[in-house]
Amino acid sequence: MSQYLILIYEDETRYETASPEVTAEITAEHEAFAAGVEAHGAKLLGGEALQPTGTATSVRGGSEVTDGPFVETKEALGGYYLVDAPDLDTALAVARTVPARFGGVEVRPVMTFD
Amino acid sequence: MSDPAGASAVAAAVADAHRREWAFVLAATVRVTRDLDVAEECVQEAFAAALTDWRRSGVPTRPGAWLTTAARRRALNVVRHRGVESRYLPLLVEEETLPGPGDALDDEGAPIPDDRLRLVVTCCHPALDRPAQVALTLRLLCGLSTAEVARAFLVSEPTMAARITRAKKKIAVARIPYRVPPAAELPERVDAVLSVVHLLFTTGHTTPVGDELVRRDLVERSVELCRMLRRLLPRDPAVAGLLALLLLTDARRETRTAPDGRLLLLEEQDRARWDRAAIAEGVSLVREALRARPPSRYALQAAIAAVHAESPRWEDTDWREVVALYDVLVRLWPSPVVALNRAVAVGFASGPAAGLAALDALSAEPQLAGYGYLPAARADLLRRLGRVAEAREAYTEALLLTQNAVERAFLEGRLRGTGG
Repeated sequence: MSQYLILIYEDETRYETASPEVTAEITAEHEAFAAGVEAHGAKLLGGEALQPTGTATSVRGGSEVTDGPFVETKEALGGYYLVDAPDLDTALAVARTVPARFGGVEVRPVMTFD
Repeated sequence: MSDPAGASAVAAAVADAHRREWAFVLAATVRVTRDLDVAEECVQEAFAAALTDWRRSGVPTRPGAWLTTAARRRALNVVRHRGVESRYLPLLVEEETLPGPGDALDDEGAPIPDDRLRLVVTCCHPALDRPAQVALTLRLLCGLSTAEVARAFLVSEPTMAARITRAKKKIAVARIPYRVPPAAELPERVDAVLSVVHLLFTTGHTTPVGDELVRRDLVERSVELCRMLRRLLPRDPAVAGLLALLLLTDARRETRTAPDGRLLLLEEQDRARWDRAAIAEGVSLVREALRARPPSRYALQAAIAAVHAESPRWEDTDWREVVALYDVLVRLWPSPVVALNRAVAVGFASGPAAGLAALDALSAEPQLAGYGYLPAARADLLRRLGRVAEAREAYTEALLLTQNAVERAFLEGRLRGTGG
């Protein structure tokens, strides 16, 4: 088994303007996602949603502190899941079920050191 | 085993085995090593050993089996020496698969899962970008050296080496599985494989840059790859359609240029010299491929090629049938390039004015900006309408966008013909 980080990139302005119904729907989708991971032969190790990029502070070179995210993009990192999967195809099958209606996800293998 | 053979006969036999059996031998060896690089080394060594061994013992009756045994024996040694401490083992995930619908039959008539199918879907995995898919396919399925792959795609050898290394690293690190995908995913994956083979063919059929019109090696490699897929997936209509398209298109190869190297249009080609065997095979494959609902884009393109191939003379071409096939193609597989070809066919079915109207509807297509065939097609329709000044302008524009010497010479000739 290998670990994969599924990074969720979405247009966060869409969340700012979403109705409470839509927000509730998305929350339910995330719950359904988490419940369905093992059916793919993978395991959910963790995951979190992040506060919007407006709350981000960047530090460069260990000293230069600036307001805002490290990279300014329309679709920003808004959360992640960490999964254990036997191969990339399984990780991708899981990634396809991650709710990300305002953007998409990126799947990255986690580096192992030995 | 036959009698000991002469050096040139052995060299020819090894070259032939390299062309035919490379993918088979490599795929069978990857099973042992689970590591593409080690497998490649072992297979290369096996081919090198064949050059000397076959001189002594004669060319074996089944060169592929001999090479597979030799390569796998080397691979087992490497794996044993490397031992369990290797952190790269296993790099490739392999599961014991059950025979699938597309599997070939072994000597006893039992289905065997073919390693080559695993290799080709791995090379064309959607997690790899298209240039990487193409490079890996040429390297691992065709056995081309990095230098040869670099030459085929007009990039420097270090660039190609880096591209191949990066792709192999991704296969290993991201754990792209070495297996035939489940039936539900197979059509999508086969589609990616067919796109790569088609791209190889079109790159060879009309080389984008250079002095020759056709890159024979690329065309032949892609036809062989497609034949291999046909053996592995005998019931897949898209595979049948692509093979038909390649055969019907390539049947005209020898007549596309005059002895002096000049480009010859379809209407000028000597149809008696078209490859009749390839056409017959292509036509029978088209019939099979068109039975699928909906037909694949390759089947429709092949059907169009078949109309030309079966027409005894240019004047007899059934342009209405060609346009009708393009209509279906545009509907099922909308693409500005397909629409451009359709407009050209309309120009023959209903006259140059109708063709020009269809073509002008495409002038705003961003995908066709910088596409040399658009002004070239426009120039031809304008020339046929006697609008000489505009035709000259369009030929000049097409010339700016064409880097193939044979095509440039053709366009320059047309430009002179219109008094430019």
